[in-house]
Amino acid sequence: MTTPPPLQEPPALELKDLVLRRGDALLDIPALFLAEGHVLSLIGPNGAGKSTLLLAVASLLKPQRGSLVFKGQKIDLKHDAFAYRRRLAMVFQEPLLFDTTVYANVAAGLKIRGMGKAESEKRVARNLERFGIAGLAGRSARKLSGGEAQRTSLARAFATEPEMILLDEPFSALDAPTREALTDDLQRILAETRTTAIFTTHDRWEALRLADEIAVMNDGKIVQVGLPEEVMNQPRDEFVASFVGMETILTGRVVDNREGTLIVSVSGQEVEALGTARPGENVICCIRPENVTISTDHPESRTSARNVFPGRVTKITPLGLFEKVNLDCGFFLVAYVTRQSRENLGLAEGREITASFKATAVHVIKRDK
Amino acid sequence: MGLIFDGIKQAFHLMFILDPEVLGITLLSLKVSGSATLISLFFGISVGTAVALNQFPGRRFAVSLINTGMSMPPVVVGLFVTIMLWRNGPMGFLELLYTPTAMIIAQAVIATPIITGITLAAMQQLPQNLRLQILSLGATRLQMVLLLVREARLPLLAAIMAGFGGVISEVGASIMVGGNIKGYSRVLTTATVMETGRGNFDVAIALSIILLLFAFLVNAVLTMVQQRERPK
Repeated sequence: MTTPPPLQEPPALELKDLVLRRGDALLDIPALFLAEGHVLSLIGPNGAGKSTLLLAVASLLKPQRGSLVFKGQKIDLKHDAFAYRRRLAMVFQEPLLFDTTVYANVAAGLKIRGMGKAESEKRVARNLERFGIAGLAGRSARKLSGGEAQRTSLARAFATEPEMILLDEPFSALDAPTREALTDDLQRILAETRTTAIFTTHDRWEALRLADEIAVMNDGKIVQVGLPEEVMNQPRDEFVASFVGMETILTGRVVDNREGTLIVSVSGQEVEALGTARPGENVICCIRPENVTISTDHPESRTSARNVFPGRVTKITPLGLFEKVNLDCGFFLVAYVTRQSRENLGLAEGREITASFKATAVHVIKRDK
Repeated sequence: MGLIFDGIKQAFHLMFILDPEVLGITLLSLKVSGSATLISLFFGISVGTAVALNQFPGRRFAVSLINTGMSMPPVVVGLFVTIMLWRNGPMGFLELLYTPTAMIIAQAVIATPIITGITLAAMQQLPQNLRLQILSLGATRLQMVLLLVREARLPLLAAIMAGFGGVISEVGASIMVGGNIKGYSRVLTTATVMETGRGNFDVAIALSIILLLFAFLVNAVLTMVQQRERPK
């Protein structure tokens, strides 16, 4: 399913045929590759198996089957797990700090390794500095804010200078501004240290920001893995499409293929799209809401968009910067507009409009049945 | 009222002049209960931690057994230890009955489930993922257990207090296996029972006050340590 991407260097991490049963859940990863220095983001809904996969990679859960190769060395999880684990670090959603000072927390991994005082002090100082918590060194870990605590936890992980770092939803318990600042810092530090990383999140924007590659998980399986733009723009199936924000998902049947331009019949209307399907095939058309344009002109007025549909506004939902506009054009369509343009266009529920989108904005997925 | 007043006066007199008999009884109490608590700490923390951290068949049964043990009547322990150490009993050859050692054994049997139970609760109260976090920091299994115990140190201090408090004030088992022999196996509680029976209320009150003072002092020290450990 997932073939190794064309890489110059050998993968840092290579999973093969990994099967892990945990309660009723089953993790099944036929193959996964991660290049040295790359950041892989596992995204998916709760219960998709992201954490389980991370714990398996950390050798903290033993798979029933499968092999793990780290930097060209096959890891025997029975005997090498301990030595392998010392080359990694992991950060969880909760900071899980020890009941001592910030300094002693950051030094914990080094103390566990029996590192000399001089070297340990140097590394702790460097990482306290890196995460902007040098001023808190003497503070009790119980007296930190959520963001400070997670910074301490990250500094503790980076202090061991891991060859690979595993981050299990490290920011999901933080408030938005804190998360923003911490994501920035993590991005900078990951780039600076060139640490191979896997992190899980259910926030696709966070994934887009940090990841070199994105793997979408559902139901214990990796549904799609690829470059962020690939996953975001060419989702493999309906699940990925809806998860990565393709809010409009239309089912239809290809009626014609004119040199790569498909004519898809959707609820009796013809939608043009680019793709490779043959006439008669059932397909799903996915459209990002930001690629849908709304105008109040009449459909006769020409635009470069081939797909122009008259319709009606059914619902408007404010979403912070944008407003989500649900449209009924004979089929269901979602568009994002700014508040400004909503006001300019005078959009309101029940208003007649014209919706348009380019054929290139339609991503076509072939359906099995 | 005079009875109590005289008793208190006599008590302070006995304490002030360091009456050798009262002093001996006090020191033996300390020695027996202190040793018993130390032994219980060793077993209690090991077993409590092991049960808390491992999944095994019959675990629920083991937990309810430990919890039942926490409220085990001392006289039942006394009876059991007496039978074990009885001359014809399974361990009679050790000739330990009516010795301070027998009292230490009995008190350790009483305190161990208390300390085990509190240790178990304390360890289970730690965050689920803390174990995994410690292992992912590169810890060996032993390092992990030690770090977890350190994280649970405050409730574990409570375990020590509860264990020591339980055995220093215990009388049934001590009389049964120690015999309350003057100058040999007589401790504060057994002496108090005896003096009260004889109508020597002044001595009994003196012993009680020492016992109370003693329990207070030990707990005050532990509480001080516990509170100092609290983050500011």
